[in-house]
Amino acid sequence: MIPEHLQTELKLYVAAAVTPREAAVHVMKELQRHYGWLTDEAVTEAAELLGLSPLQVEELATFYEMIYRRPVGRRVVHVCDSISCWAMGGESLLQQLAARLGIAVGGTTGDDNFTLLPCCCLGNCGEAPTMMIGDNIYGRVTLESAEEILRRELAADAPQRFGG
Amino acid sequence: MEQPLFQYNKPGRCVTFEEYRAEGGFGALAKGLMELTPDQVQQAVIDSGLRGRGGAGFPTGKKWSFVPRNLPGPRWLICNCDEMEPGTFKDRLLLEANPYSLLEGLALASYALGVAHAFIFIRRGYERAAANLRRGIAECRSAGLIGENILGSGFSCAIDLHVSAGRYICGEETALMNALEGVRANPRAKPPFPAVKGLWGGPTVVNNAETIANIPGIIGKGPVWFKGLARTPEGAGMKLFCLSGHVAKTGCFELPLGMPLGEIIEGPGGGMRPGSRFKACLPGGASTPCFTAEHWQIPMDYDPVAKAGSRLGTGGIVVFDHTTCMVAATLNLTRFYARESCGWCTPCREGIPYVNHVLETIEAGRGSEEHIAILRDHIKMLNNAFCALAPGAMGPVDGLLRHFMDEVQDHIVKRRCPLR
Repeated sequence: MIPEHLQTELKLYVAAAVTPREAAVHVMKELQRHYGWLTDEAVTEAAELLGLSPLQVEELATFYEMIYRRPVGRRVVHVCDSISCWAMGGESLLQQLAARLGIAVGGTTGDDNFTLLPCCCLGNCGEAPTMMIGDNIYGRVTLESAEEILRRELAADAPQRFGG
Repeated sequence: MEQPLFQYNKPGRCVTFEEYRAEGGFGALAKGLMELTPDQVQQAVIDSGLRGRGGAGFPTGKKWSFVPRNLPGPRWLICNCDEMEPGTFKDRLLLEANPYSLLEGLALASYALGVAHAFIFIRRGYERAAANLRRGIAECRSAGLIGENILGSGFSCAIDLHVSAGRYICGEETALMNALEGVRANPRAKPPFPAVKGLWGGPTVVNNAETIANIPGIIGKGPVWFKGLARTPEGAGMKLFCLSGHVAKTGCFELPLGMPLGEIIEGPGGGMRPGSRFKACLPGGASTPCFTAEHWQIPMDYDPVAKAGSRLGTGGIVVFDHTTCMVAATLNLTRFYARESCGWCTPCREGIPYVNHVLETIEAGRGSEEHIAILRDHIKMLNNAFCALAPGAMGPVDGLLRHFMDEVQDHIVKRRCPLR
């Protein structure tokens, strides 16, 4: 169950939209921010807020790259694998990071701290290779700087999750 | 060199509302609302020769003119800031430095189109740009530049921000409208075109962020001034070019349309990075057929680039050096498109993964002449897809076969990648 203040906030957001389902992506992202991923419970809650069936929410949730319908770690590390990053060594960065975290690409570390995912162009092509954690974009990433970034993200109090 | 978009930029930070206003910002909005009729604003955009900066290059004023007059019910304007074309980061840099030109342009465009509610559709990952826009909208609202009775003109217009959750197809204008409505973002059939039946069934115009941000300059300084900015006689305006890949200085630069490719790479790009020799580039993002050294002198404007067999696209120039395997580079691009296909139509859903498989086979040294024929067939067949995604995916494959056939053959003959 989401807390009452979030429930109220989302109800107001839905009411202000042109049609309720216009707010669907926002609602899914806020629920994901709360739960860490879009749980089955969250899908039902989103459906109630939006006046949709859970299946209609599911249809949307599975469409977007950054709505997680499976459990993820506290921080999702998105490593861009599109062309500019590829040209600048993004492929090996992803493999090295997987080895460093001791997981396969797509996996989550045993302590639940990190999930590693390749992703589409993050629009930071001039600073390739690029990765994104929460709302933070990091450019010109090397294995060394990536390790430092992961350490800093880990030290940060609350994990930064999905932005508005 | 005049830079209508970057002129307000401050080093290392976003320009403030006060600075933008003090430097002449929102002057064009005042001029438009007070001195010009909506038709005159539209005519100025037509006369300026402004073409869409999002990839297709359609004349903006002409697109506006397709909106039927006197249809009952609301009409909509959407700013497409779902910048997910690999190699493109201009809208992000534009909005991280200055959200106000876009907001001023949106208000002017809404006035011209009779729109009372405009949306900015921005992608996931552009959180700083989104924060700037959110702040900018609030500032403009309290200054009376957005909202009810703008500057006392009697014209009212709301602007809302929609932040997406990451999917390339959302940049396709009809898919974008579905996404905004909260429907799974598959593209819609055309016709009816959005100008007649778009968002919630109403007449809708979708323009790229860079396109809209150019409107204040056109209204403020006039269409003749705007046209004169380009280096080609038929061109109009400046363009944000993004340089990435193996150049010395990567980044986004506001340059005259029609500046030759080589001049962009040698000038702002600082030439190739040390130790690198130029091999090829994508001239306008991931869906454009590559250019090689023989295209060094091509003016980077819509028509000359099209005449040379590619597309200006978004202006995202991705540069490859002599160490790059062009089969592998193309494979990376088709892998992107295979993953981003929304699955709505069969040619795209099934065709791109197949092309991807064939390129993988060639890259792995197991290719044959037959595979080249399969690629050729698919370049033609994928034109039958529902939207522009699949033909776009085949752009780089087409470029590969036209300019690097010897390299493809080399993979087949040597039974391995000759560059790895």
